[in-house]
Amino acid sequence: MAKLRIGVVSPEREIWSGEADMVIAKTVDGEIGIMPNHAPVLGVLVEGGVLRVKRGDGDDIVAAVHGGFISVADNDVSVLAESAELGSEVDVAAARDALQRALSSVEADGDDSEAQAEAKRARARLRAAGQEV
Amino acid sequence: MGAQLRLLRRRIRSVKSTAKITRAQELIASSRIIKAQQRMEAAVPYEREITRAVSAVLSNSSDVDHLLTVAKERPASAGVLIVTSDRGFAGGFNANVLREAEALGGHLRGRGLEVRPFVVGRKGIGWHRFRGREMSGEWSGFSDNPLYAHAKEIGDALVGSFSDDNGIDEIHVVYTEFVSMLTQQVQVKRVLPLEVEETTEQPPGGPLPYYEFEPTAGEVLNQLLPRYIESRIYNALLQSAASEHASRRRAMKSATDNANELIRTFTQQMNQARQAEITQEISEIVGGANALADASAGKE
Repeated sequence: MAKLRIGVVSPEREIWSGEADMVIAKTVDGEIGIMPNHAPVLGVLVEGGVLRVKRGDGDDIVAAVHGGFISVADNDVSVLAESAELGSEVDVAAARDALQRALSSVEADGDDSEAQAEAKRARARLRAAGQEV
Repeated sequence: MGAQLRLLRRRIRSVKSTAKITRAQELIASSRIIKAQQRMEAAVPYEREITRAVSAVLSNSSDVDHLLTVAKERPASAGVLIVTSDRGFAGGFNANVLREAEALGGHLRGRGLEVRPFVVGRKGIGWHRFRGREMSGEWSGFSDNPLYAHAKEIGDALVGSFSDDNGIDEIHVVYTEFVSMLTQQVQVKRVLPLEVEETTEQPPGGPLPYYEFEPTAGEVLNQLLPRYIESRIYNALLQSAASEHASRRRAMKSATDNANELIRTFTQQMNQARQAEITQEISEIVGGANALADASAGKE
């Protein structure tokens, strides 16, 4: 079966690239799963989403992706993230810390949209690292 | 010791310490160029992809009527983003950028537009303050090592001002392009409104497929264009940072060479002066001895 060629890039660096069987990402419309020979799609990703790349041999790639786009064409999948981090690179303790801080500022001020976004990001990072949130 | 000799020694000492500083600056700059180049290369995949995505949306939706792509019929003011450095010691780097920005400003004023400068880098900010010119935006503190967050901040301000009814109608960027270690060139580019080129040429990598959009083409474009602008600004910042280091290295290299040349000349002059002093002392001693000898010969 054909494979997908995947590139996950952020403005500052290329996060990961390689071949895979399936990609699952979260767009503003909901989760989207992409398998080989998928129709061309250009979607907007949500803030604080988790991207899963299934590679068949159990060696899945999970990344926290904050905002950006996914574009699919001709079995080429590009994920353009404003910032992204592989699950294996996440500093769990730091992410938990960030989540705690963000949550306490949300509690103090319910309209603090920046803190809410920060909490989402921290959650995504923890989920990407395989932690329960 | 003769006065002249002392003076020369002092000058040599001071030139030597200057040479040490400029040499150190040169070495620091050369190591930073490499880092800056790597950062430029790391940003290439994202730029390529986002450019491709923008062209995909624009070529798919026949009625491209987005705020950011449509030129206003009567533009009243233009924003000019001027990318300079925070520190000097870089030869003509900032002077070149500011000169081009002035030329662009004159050109825009000639078209009847009001020019609003947005300045990056302490040197550019100082230049505008000294002349008492008002700036619509200023950012500093990251010229030699810009992050995407900085580009985002600048992009937000520019796009925000562009979308505002009383804001700017055009955005231009003046920055220094890093062509190679030896060549850096000041570039003047219009960022907004984007120019949508109607072309029958095939884009690289084959014709663009017919995309589905999630949620809609318009919404995707709304999200995509600001990111694209930020990516252009980020590119300009990175190029400018690499160019800054390259021109600093060159300026510091010629300063070091110059200092070494000065040290050589002064050392020669100093040796000459010392030799002249010794010769004079010998002739004085000989003269004195002769006079004594003559005097004692006269007594006998």
